[in-house]
Amino acid sequence: MHSSPPDQNFLSHPKGLASWLFTLDHKRIGIMYLILICLAFGLGGFFALSIRLELMRSGEQFMDQDTYNKFFTLHGAVMVFLFIIPSIPATLGNFCLPLMLGAKDVAFPRLNLASWYVYVIGAAFTLFSVVTGAVDTGWTFYSPYSTQSSTSVISMTFGVFILGFSSIFTGLNFVVTIHKMRAPGMTWYQMPLFVWGTYATSVIQVLATPVLGITLLLLILEKTLGIGIFNPEMGGDPVLFQHFFWFYSHPAVYIMILPGMAIISELIAVHSHKKIFGYKLIAYSSVAIALLGFLVWGHHMFVSGQSEFSSMVFSFITFFIGIPTGIKIFNWMTTLYKGQICLTTPMLYALAFLILFTIGGLTGIFLGALGLDIHLHDTYFVVAHFHYVMMGGTVIAFLGGIHHWWPKIFGKMYSEFWGRIAFVFIFLGFNMTFFNQFMLGSQGMPRRYHDYSGLYKTDLFERYHGFSSYGAMVLGVGFLIIATYLIASLFNGKAASNNPWGGLTFEWATSSPPPTENFREEPIFKHGPYDYDKVLPENI
Amino acid sequence: MEQQGTFNLPPAASTLAPMYDQLFYFIYWLSVFFFVVITVGTIVFAVKFRKKKGEAFRLTSGFCHNTPLELFWSVIPTILMFVIFVWGFRAYMQFFVIPGNAMEVRVTAQQWKWIFEYPEGAKSDILVVPDGKPIKLLMSSRDVLHSLYIPDFRVKMDVVPNRYTSLWFQSDHKGEYDLYCTEYCGQQHSVMTTRVSVRSDTEYRKWIEENSVTPTGDVLYKRYGCNTCHTLDGSPGNGPTFKNILGRQETMSDGDVISVDENYLRESILEPKAKVVQGYEPVMPTFQGTLSPDELDSIINFIKTVK
Repeated sequence: MHSSPPDQNFLSHPKGLASWLFTLDHKRIGIMYLILICLAFGLGGFFALSIRLELMRSGEQFMDQDTYNKFFTLHGAVMVFLFIIPSIPATLGNFCLPLMLGAKDVAFPRLNLASWYVYVIGAAFTLFSVVTGAVDTGWTFYSPYSTQSSTSVISMTFGVFILGFSSIFTGLNFVVTIHKMRAPGMTWYQMPLFVWGTYATSVIQVLATPVLGITLLLLILEKTLGIGIFNPEMGGDPVLFQHFFWFYSHPAVYIMILPGMAIISELIAVHSHKKIFGYKLIAYSSVAIALLGFLVWGHHMFVSGQSEFSSMVFSFITFFIGIPTGIKIFNWMTTLYKGQICLTTPMLYALAFLILFTIGGLTGIFLGALGLDIHLHDTYFVVAHFHYVMMGGTVIAFLGGIHHWWPKIFGKMYSEFWGRIAFVFIFLGFNMTFFNQFMLGSQGMPRRYHDYSGLYKTDLFERYHGFSSYGAMVLGVGFLIIATYLIASLFNGKAASNNPWGGLTFEWATSSPPPTENFREEPIFKHGPYDYDKVLPENI
Repeated sequence: MEQQGTFNLPPAASTLAPMYDQLFYFIYWLSVFFFVVITVGTIVFAVKFRKKKGEAFRLTSGFCHNTPLELFWSVIPTILMFVIFVWGFRAYMQFFVIPGNAMEVRVTAQQWKWIFEYPEGAKSDILVVPDGKPIKLLMSSRDVLHSLYIPDFRVKMDVVPNRYTSLWFQSDHKGEYDLYCTEYCGQQHSVMTTRVSVRSDTEYRKWIEENSVTPTGDVLYKRYGCNTCHTLDGSPGNGPTFKNILGRQETMSDGDVISVDENYLRESILEPKAKVVQGYEPVMPTFQGTLSPDELDSIINFIKTVK
């Protein structure tokens, strides 16, 4: 086996822009994804802050209706399709998965690079639509409004269509990698739980994304050729679009959250130096969530006019998804028991996840209950609920994961002091922004409203909206602090040891940053990923 | 009788509302309980078992399985979920089974206006109903998806083009309530709001009588939402202003110049996309079938007199 000299790592060698743009190294591709995804998050965040500033008071503040409608659409579309769906799998998944399996790379390195370029092309189409007048349909592109809107719906949906292929490529690659490239001696039940979560995610990416592709293609055909599938003026059925759309987009919610859960399993085990509680149940529950996730799309449509019988079935299955989710939470909490817990920045995010995701999950019960959903559907209660899941869940887990693997990826330690300060901003800012939106919604405030003046409830709504807007600013400051100290750490950060947190999985056995071939010596599976009761971590 | 709302919920002003609210608070307190258990558990463990300063890594407990505990936290939530499912389903069916003696009001949703049509033939842009009587709303949309939502009654249903949807409520509390569109429907989605007025039977009859004659053009101008795009004072809007419109020379999007007359106004109301004035988007929905012939006459009469 060829091994790099000790002073060379995947970042330093080979050099030059071309060596990055044509790299087949999963670690470099992960970093290239990370850069683009952070830019996408910044763009989505800009739209979010603008929306919050507009809603701070009743009446028009600084944006007219058309601009507002475009901004909330772009916030949703950019955050969902450009940021959160690729976020964890394409960055940390790409970087960590082969390392955790003790493999040299993913199964198809060229397909991996292709997925990055496909992402770039898809993003280009999406952004092209932003500069050519944007889109005002909402990220859900509901027909018939989307077939009638004169904004650039076609380039946006075509961009999302292309982005889907990037997602499918990544998923396919990971499924094969996990099946075929585990280190000698590593069985399925000895894989780190991050790998299980990624596996479940990849299965959904491969199976559900084509449906979104077909749906968006039909929408494009509808707009260009007028084939009359969704548009009632031509004999189509607008509710059919919702079925097609949610058939992908509900499983997509699990594409977003399962990788977050996958990260949390690692963070909690490593930073409490404790064997994870209920390994198999956590692994199975990821797969169960992935499969059940395909059968609940209709819970987005309880008041759409679908049959009451369908609604009943969808509600029933929805509650069943709550069970494996609840089991995971209890397992993580119990893992802490009798551990040796380090309250590092990644661990703070993991603990915050337990609290915030619990709120997100519990408020899902309100929405899953048929009768209550009639009242809460399409209000800010839903907005608050899915932000607690997507942001309180996935984004918080992503932040935790970034901090956890940062020393491994770049070989530098960030400032722990600023890490904690920023955490406080993020945690407080997030709750200030979104917790009061539950009350705002249960009091009746509808989503996607540019203005709420002239109503009987205007004063009430204004109190909640105003507070929410201040929270968003605190949150924004938090993200700026994180960006600052993480980038600063690349230049003046302390050199990281190979295993700064004392982890037992394979990625901590190689150097920080790893060499191009990942491991200088063939890694051999000697102990389980969480055997903190049997093995003391090395190379700290 | 004025109903008081709570911190979480608006006033319960319909007969269906109390049942939803009971379910809401059942789930609410259950959630508070589980939230406290998990938050307190997490914080207590994190503090109690934290690594002391300077302490070296040691081997920790191998505790990773406990059948009674795991059964406990799988079975109890499953039972609770089932209870909530059944409760939610029963509430849902109450909402979908419309009482046979309900008074039917036809609702037409159109970008960005609600039109209510009463059994007696009257039409209005606010929903006026008698108290103590079940009301059925039979709804359809003339363009895109809309959704009718009255928070204080806890009712909501999407309004779909080319099909009827319906909902019902009964309010025993006289008063005025907000009514919103909750399915995003384009530019002026957030002004597609109106109010529900619950009145005594006598007040309702009196109101119906006053509104049964065809209203004058200026009333229709507001009722059908012309005012959201066309101004009367010459200020700019999404459509051309009505001020001095009769006889005005307008350049069309295809370059033709026409002089506005009654027939152009008529065509533009019924087939708005046929001849669009240059500089404006073809966004106006058709009013074909929405306006009765009388209403069309009186609205054209009104438009041409705006000076």
